[in-house]
Amino acid sequence: MAQTLALSPAELALRLGDDALILSHRLCEWCGRAPTLEVDLALSNIGLDLLGQAQFFLNYAGELDGNGRDADKLAYHREEHEFKNSLLAEQPNGDFARTMVRQFFFSAWQLLRFQELAASPDGTLAAIAAKALKEIAYHVQFAAEWVVRLGDGTAESKRRVAEGVIWSWRFVDELFTGEDAALRPAWEARVQATLAQAGLELPAPVRGITGGREGRHSEHLGHLLAEMQYVQRCHPNAQW
Amino acid sequence: MKNITPIWEVFVRAKNGLSHRHVGSVHAADARGAVEAARDVYTRRMEGVSLWVVPSNAITASDPGEAAALFAPAEDKIYRHPTFYVVPDNVKHI
Repeated sequence: MAQTLALSPAELALRLGDDALILSHRLCEWCGRAPTLEVDLALSNIGLDLLGQAQFFLNYAGELDGNGRDADKLAYHREEHEFKNSLLAEQPNGDFARTMVRQFFFSAWQLLRFQELAASPDGTLAAIAAKALKEIAYHVQFAAEWVVRLGDGTAESKRRVAEGVIWSWRFVDELFTGEDAALRPAWEARVQATLAQAGLELPAPVRGITGGREGRHSEHLGHLLAEMQYVQRCHPNAQW
Repeated sequence: MKNITPIWEVFVRAKNGLSHRHVGSVHAADARGAVEAARDVYTRRMEGVSLWVVPSNAITASDPGEAAALFAPAEDKIYRHPTFYVVPDNVKHI
């Protein structure tokens, strides 16, 4: 497990926590707007699962960091460039098809990443990963089934899901940089199997866009944080 | 556009040993999706350990117009109620 040791536990906890926090916020943007009540609840459920993961990771990151910051402090009192989430997680929802593709790509990556993390010598990270794996297995299944349903549906749903694949594909490289490169073949096999069921193909390689892990984000993150951090920015340390 | 997403009736088993009970319905395009929708809508607060979904159009209902013929005759047959024994305290769910 030398691969999981390449990053410090603090940095790893921050990255994984930010991934979960930012994607959780994106999913909650669907609340009240999803195509059906059933899907609305499903997206909020997944969002809340991710928020739970974020809380564990960020509390731990704050503890290791030693500056007395907890998950709330890290979530609400950091600037854009201090966030270490992947660019995929912060991408706008687009339509439902794109949201499902983003979720499938992300959750399929998370599943592999957390399986490895569950065997980490860092007991806390391993425990968080082990707890989250059951949730993630459902997220992958849920998103994959929607990708198939839409790809195998009408001409319009197929067009939309194909566009979602193209949109999200540019941000895949970033998930497999550095020590995560070894996970890519298993991820591509999983994704290819689902896309084939959906009547879609794995896109040709493109020049991936990276930077989120170093704090260089797309324009979208600033807007997301403006909304997410609004109350704490207006009323610092407000509680309820 | 016509809404053609089928409706499914949802049954939840609260815990092992109990029977599945009807809790409501969901919209879903297929059976798999119906199970997932039911999971997300009806079991998010640990309400169950097992789910059934049944296409609503597979259910044959009794005719309200026949209600009198079907149910009224039972009204005055109180001797059908087994009231002559005591249910032990430990026996639940009867």
